[in-house]
Amino acid sequence: MIKVEGLSKRYARHVAVDNISFEIEKGKIVGFLGPNGAGKTTTMRILTCFMPPSSGMAEVAGFNVMDSPMEVKKRIGYLPETPPLYPEMEVGEYLQFVGKLKGLSGNDLAKRVADVSDRCNVAEVSKKLIAKLSKGYKQRVGLAQAIIHNPEVLILDEPTSGLDPKQILETRDLIKSLAGDHTIILSTHILPEVEQTCESVIIISQGHVVARDSVENLTSRLRGSETVAVEVEPRSGELDTAVVQAKLEQVAGVSRVVYRDTKAGRSHFEVESLQCRPVRAELARAVVESGWNLNELRGVNLSLEDIFLQLTNTDQAASGGAK
Amino acid sequence: MRNILTICSKEMNSYFRSPIAYGLMAFFGLVTGWFFYIATAYFVQNSMKASMMGGGGPMNVNEYVVRPVLMNISVIGLFIIPMITMRLFAEEKRSGTIELLVTSPITDLEIILGKWLSALMMYCAILAVPVLNLMVLFAFGKPDWKPMFVGIFGLILQGGALLALGSFISNTTKNQIVAGVGTFAVCLMLWVLDWVSSFESSAWAKVISYMSVVAHYEPFSKGIIDTKDVIFYLSMIFFGLFLTARSMESLRWRS
Ligand SMILES: Nc1ncnc2c1ncn2[C@@H]1O[C@H](COP(=O)(O)OP(=O)(O)OP(=O)(O)O)[C@@H](O)[C@H]1O
Ligand SMILES: [Mg+2]
Repeated sequence: MIKVEGLSKRYARHVAVDNISFEIEKGKIVGFLGPNGAGKTTTMRILTCFMPPSSGMAEVAGFNVMDSPMEVKKRIGYLPETPPLYPEMEVGEYLQFVGKLKGLSGNDLAKRVADVSDRCNVAEVSKKLIAKLSKGYKQRVGLAQAIIHNPEVLILDEPTSGLDPKQILETRDLIKSLAGDHTIILSTHILPEVEQTCESVIIISQGHVVARDSVENLTSRLRGSETVAVEVEPRSGELDTAVVQAKLEQVAGVSRVVYRDTKAGRSHFEVESLQCRPVRAELARAVVESGWNLNELRGVNLSLEDIFLQLTNTDQAASGGAK
Repeated sequence: MRNILTICSKEMNSYFRSPIAYGLMAFFGLVTGWFFYIATAYFVQNSMKASMMGGGGPMNVNEYVVRPVLMNISVIGLFIIPMITMRLFAEEKRSGTIELLVTSPITDLEIILGKWLSALMMYCAILAVPVLNLMVLFAFGKPDWKPMFVGIFGLILQGGALLALGSFISNTTKNQIVAGVGTFAVCLMLWVLDWVSSFESSAWAKVISYMSVVAHYEPFSKGIIDTKDVIFYLSMIFFGLFLTARSMESLRWRS
């Protein structure tokens, strides 16, 4: 559905997107993950025909963004980073306007406006001025605007930014419900968001694609060697942290144990496990059987930076090992 | 065509949602009303004097009221233009709504024409106040209506030309104020260019004074449609809109 080959975009000073290629099949939800300034917005702007690439090729639904932009634009719904709203308009009126821009008219238009207002939960504010909406509502109107013409391809630039947690979940559900009929690309810097919404993920950093994989593969690759935080408390008296550490190290599959600190009698450790070895159950048993209380056992979330480091490192290691 | 109207009606809406439209109408109505009052008072006084002295024929309303009032409107109109066009593109670029327009299945030309047309309609709405003033003359006298309509037609042409330039200037910046000041400067320049012809008569002076917008309006105010002037305004409209289109395109390549 979407095909990008050797795409580059140079701004006056520097290269924002450098020779990236990927392909997205029809009906998939793909997450575009990357830190600030990675080139997510730039890539999306090229796909939506907002600006032309410096070199390379991008195709949406079989149409080239350079040769037949009109055909591409008809098939794309786009939510830019800042929702493109006119503060002096009422919500309903705004959706009507966008619908007309996208080529809807008459009954069809009215039906679509009602439909998307419902889906994005903005029906109750349809008579309100956009200037008076809260950030979250503005974001919802932006989303409603993107899907008004029921486009084949949806490009959403940080669709959940500025929403409250409940609204984030609703938006993710909404996005998931759109998959199948629609091919969706959404950008984000939040890893869990990708895990929960997307089927596959493209990670970009400094204009390069660092990884592209299905979400399961990627998470298992990352979770393969996992870090678990353990909080241990003695049933009575003092706890000898060295003893605990030794005990934890003896658990099968554990590669390293780091003692962090002790606060209010509770000692914290970080346990790193070997590739593909689930160790949590064993850790719990070891602690409890030694007569200590296990207060907490939790996987440590990798930050986006860790993931980049890990991905780039493992890739280098793999290519280095192949030589 | 449908897309042009969609854009145009959206713009009209936003003009009339802001107090600026009413402010401009009031300001323009007041200033032109004042000129109208002076011209009429002057006319009444002089024609009374003339008839008391018994000499000469009756004075012509068109000559003494309509023409000077139209000329005044034409000049004051220059200062209204920047306020109409300044937000046209600059505001969309600042707020990011331009992304919606440009990624919708409509052409740049449709966007530009829609916006320019709305600006022209706004300008006509502002002109309506002084035009109504002139209509009052029909109640008290018998002005010749033909030159009056030619004069109004000329005002619209002149407005269209300057609005096209204003659109272009608004398209080159994200800042409404910069767009407004820039357009104001250009309008001012196009007005004063004519003054050079009063002390210079070289070929250069002729070329420069040819560029003067107001000078091309003069025949219209007398009720004369000269093809040369019509072509001047039409080519300026075309030129302005062409530049706007180019600027939209080039900004896309650069940013
Ligand atoms: N109009 C522009 N002119 C010059 N450089 C730009 C322009 N827009 C973006 N850039 C640069 O291009 C790079 C990529 O920017 P882009 O907006 O695509 O990043 P992003 O991945 O969307 O980041 P974020 O997560 O912050 O939204 C950045 O280094 C940015 O400074
Ligand atoms: Mg971005």
